[in-house]
Amino acid sequence: MQPALIGRGTWIAVALIGLAAVLIVLANLATAPGSPLHVPNHIVALLGKFLCYAMLAVSLNLVWGYCGILSLGHGAFFALGGYAMGMYLMRQIGTRGVYGHPVLPDFMVFLDYQQLPWFWTGFDQFWFAALMVMAVPGLLAFIFGWFAFRSRVSGVYLSIITQAMTYALLLAFFRNDMGFGGNNGLTDFKDILGFDIQARETRAALFGLSALFLCLFLMLVAAISASRFGKVLVAIRDAESRTRFLGFRPENIKLFVWTLSAMMAGIAGALYVPQVGIINPGEFAPANSIEIVIWTAVGGRGTIVGPAIGAFLVNGGKSWFTGLLPEYWLFVLGALFVLTTLFLPKGLVGTLSQWARQRRQSRRSQSAAPLPAPQPQAAE
Amino acid sequence: MLRTLFLITTMLLTLVAKAGAQAPSLEDIIADFAGAKKFSQVEAVIERLAATGDPRAALALRSLSDGTLMARTTDGRVLVVEGEAPNLVLRDAVSGEALTDGPVEASGLKKIKIKNSLRRKIAAALSGLTLKAKSADVRRTAARTIFEQSDASALEALDEALQTETDANVRSAFIEARASALLATDAPLAEKSEAIDIIAARGDRAALALLSAYANAADGELKTKLDAGIAKVEESLAAWSAAQNIWYGISLGSVLLLAAIGLAITFGVMGVINMAHGEMVMLGAYTTFAVQEVFRTTAPGLFDYSLLVAVPLAFLVSGTIGVIMERGLIRFLYGRPLETLLATWGVSLILQQSVRTLFGPTNREVGNPSWMSGAFEIGQMSITWNRLWIVVFAAVVFAALYLIINRSALGLEMRAVTQNRRMAGAMGIKTSWVDAMTFGLGSGIAGIAGVALSQIDNVSPNLGQSYIIDSFLVVVFGGVGNLWGTLVGAMTLGIANKFLEPYTGAVLGKILVLVLIILFIQKRPRGLFALKGRAVET
Repeated sequence: MQPALIGRGTWIAVALIGLAAVLIVLANLATAPGSPLHVPNHIVALLGKFLCYAMLAVSLNLVWGYCGILSLGHGAFFALGGYAMGMYLMRQIGTRGVYGHPVLPDFMVFLDYQQLPWFWTGFDQFWFAALMVMAVPGLLAFIFGWFAFRSRVSGVYLSIITQAMTYALLLAFFRNDMGFGGNNGLTDFKDILGFDIQARETRAALFGLSALFLCLFLMLVAAISASRFGKVLVAIRDAESRTRFLGFRPENIKLFVWTLSAMMAGIAGALYVPQVGIINPGEFAPANSIEIVIWTAVGGRGTIVGPAIGAFLVNGGKSWFTGLLPEYWLFVLGALFVLTTLFLPKGLVGTLSQWARQRRQSRRSQSAAPLPAPQPQAAE
Repeated sequence: MLRTLFLITTMLLTLVAKAGAQAPSLEDIIADFAGAKKFSQVEAVIERLAATGDPRAALALRSLSDGTLMARTTDGRVLVVEGEAPNLVLRDAVSGEALTDGPVEASGLKKIKIKNSLRRKIAAALSGLTLKAKSADVRRTAARTIFEQSDASALEALDEALQTETDANVRSAFIEARASALLATDAPLAEKSEAIDIIAARGDRAALALLSAYANAADGELKTKLDAGIAKVEESLAAWSAAQNIWYGISLGSVLLLAAIGLAITFGVMGVINMAHGEMVMLGAYTTFAVQEVFRTTAPGLFDYSLLVAVPLAFLVSGTIGVIMERGLIRFLYGRPLETLLATWGVSLILQQSVRTLFGPTNREVGNPSWMSGAFEIGQMSITWNRLWIVVFAAVVFAALYLIINRSALGLEMRAVTQNRRMAGAMGIKTSWVDAMTFGLGSGIAGIAGVALSQIDNVSPNLGQSYIIDSFLVVVFGGVGNLWGTLVGAMTLGIANKFLEPYTGAVLGKILVLVLIILFIQKRPRGLFALKGRAVET
């Protein structure tokens, strides 16, 4: 029998995320601030941010966990998606800016622009911005990947040039004459689709949307990994040359997941920006992109929900720790990199599911009678 | 007895005065200003002063021109007067020393008359005096002033000075100044065009400014001559600016080389991308800081030698940490280059934060020893000593490393492991020991690079981060396992960066270089000098 495309573990994870999101939104909107069940606004904002990070980790996992492409530049796609959304939000400010110019955003008035640069046209329409959120990172990834995979750049070389890519974008977006607000970036957003961006309801909606997209991403990755295409991906990860000799075209397959992953990262960025309220070139920093890798590694690359869990754990730890001992967070993060690679190469979820599988196997070999196989565990 | 002594002294003094009086002394001539009632008389005194050729006359002449040379009505002494009415300061017109014989009412002073035509006379006389100054530097400066002002009245003084001038440098400065002055006169075209040639041969901005000024006013044949001269100067300026760019490029390239060469070794031999490499550089820089602190407190006199101590110490500090890293972490991750990359990134975060905790997050001040500060000029290029020393230092480090790799037993083993690890192991080379030593060597070199970088860059915990991406690109561009690749890669990147800068600005130039490298990697995924063979493919 053909196994289901989306395994039971994924369904459980999706159901849990959905349930948690609904409960949190309810606890935020339907209860009074004093009530013990109340979830304050800043927690919703924080969790919404984590959801976006989780999406980003899931998108990186698709290329790194399943296809062996270690991208040190995924933050660039995230930031580009964020900038596309930020441009839409800037155009929505209208005359409410400090200078009150009907078309030009404040920073352009300040920098003495006479008219809107050509690449800003269309961003006053939400559908166009939403398209660009996927199209811009997708196109960059497609061009970059088309060159890189065709000439068989792989391994650390690929990692280094992805890092160079995000570094180049960092430098470019810091320039004032790029037309993206220089080092201040885009901020002071007023509303999105006509709703006040600061309002509790809008924030809750954005939070719910992020949870929805995370679930969609998880199901997408699960479907891909369970499909025949997913098997080829893993084959490329483990033995690229052999897969090529079997008649597959690794460069095309890699290019497809690479572009898909970049678009997913772009969506994550687009949901991130309205919740955080700012996008600036700092998001392109190579260090940020490497941090995404550690979320994925901690949770477990090559597992479906692992990266999302990793993103929540690491970022939750960061929020908690920087409140407690801000000086020492980098020690913890550094130790996390070292210890994960040394002792948890499969990540938390990968190690747990391996452990569970081993227990099942040992139990099966111990029991002499041909009992029916125990129910598979929920872990992926 | 006393009387006799007094007499002798007086006689002696008179004798001295007589000896001086054969050519009247400076003081005497200046005193004559007091008696000069007409402009013609003043002019005569100015000429006599100029004729002495004594640079000490400059003070009196300058103050005359400024209108501060005055005669005291009580005794007729000529003085330089400074300040406002109640607080007048009187100075001797020759020595410039302030006189102590009390404040004088403004009414007790009489200004020596002066007018503009006389001021021009004075300017010429002054330059004539400075052209005869004892110090060659003063004479050169005077010539440069005349050159820039293109002062026709200085022509005579220059001609005169040229006859006696023996210093070749000063002589050529005089000739150029004379050419400049000549352009201001109405000399015949032939002489002028000769002058233009002389000026154009200077080939610097001053020459360009001068010729352009005359070209705007001139017409006919003179104009074409001047335009030709301008073209010539512009050509030479372009050549010099290219030379300057190459120098900047070499300088940047040598910095990149220092930062990347250790990385090239570890990457080449072990296939390990050490993300903490930049932090090894940073540790080297902080070692320099610590050494200098010790020198400052214990032996400030020996401060110039602090770098000589810092270099080996930085090598030891970074090298030791490198060996510890290899033994404690990296050796467990062989064959998993991507994991190594992550783990070393973690180490880099820890090292950064440790330094931040120990030394604070702000920049620490590392001083230049005296032999590394200042600059000198070659033609139109200005070269700072610290940059020059860093280029030399990079060359020395490169040569030393080249010798180690090609001439020493460790180098032989390193090369063997690079080319075929398993075969090298089968031949009895302790590959894990070679790995540890290689990593130590690579990290130690990074520490040395930190000493050099501390001289030109801010020493902060983020120092390493700013070099790590560039270093990677150098290594990837040059190709691994070959030092020449690193050298060519570093120099190419350095010079390309500096050549793009004038056209695109620093940031855009850097972005372009990054994009070009990304494209280059597509063409040659293993870099310029790629290792060939089967072992490479794995």
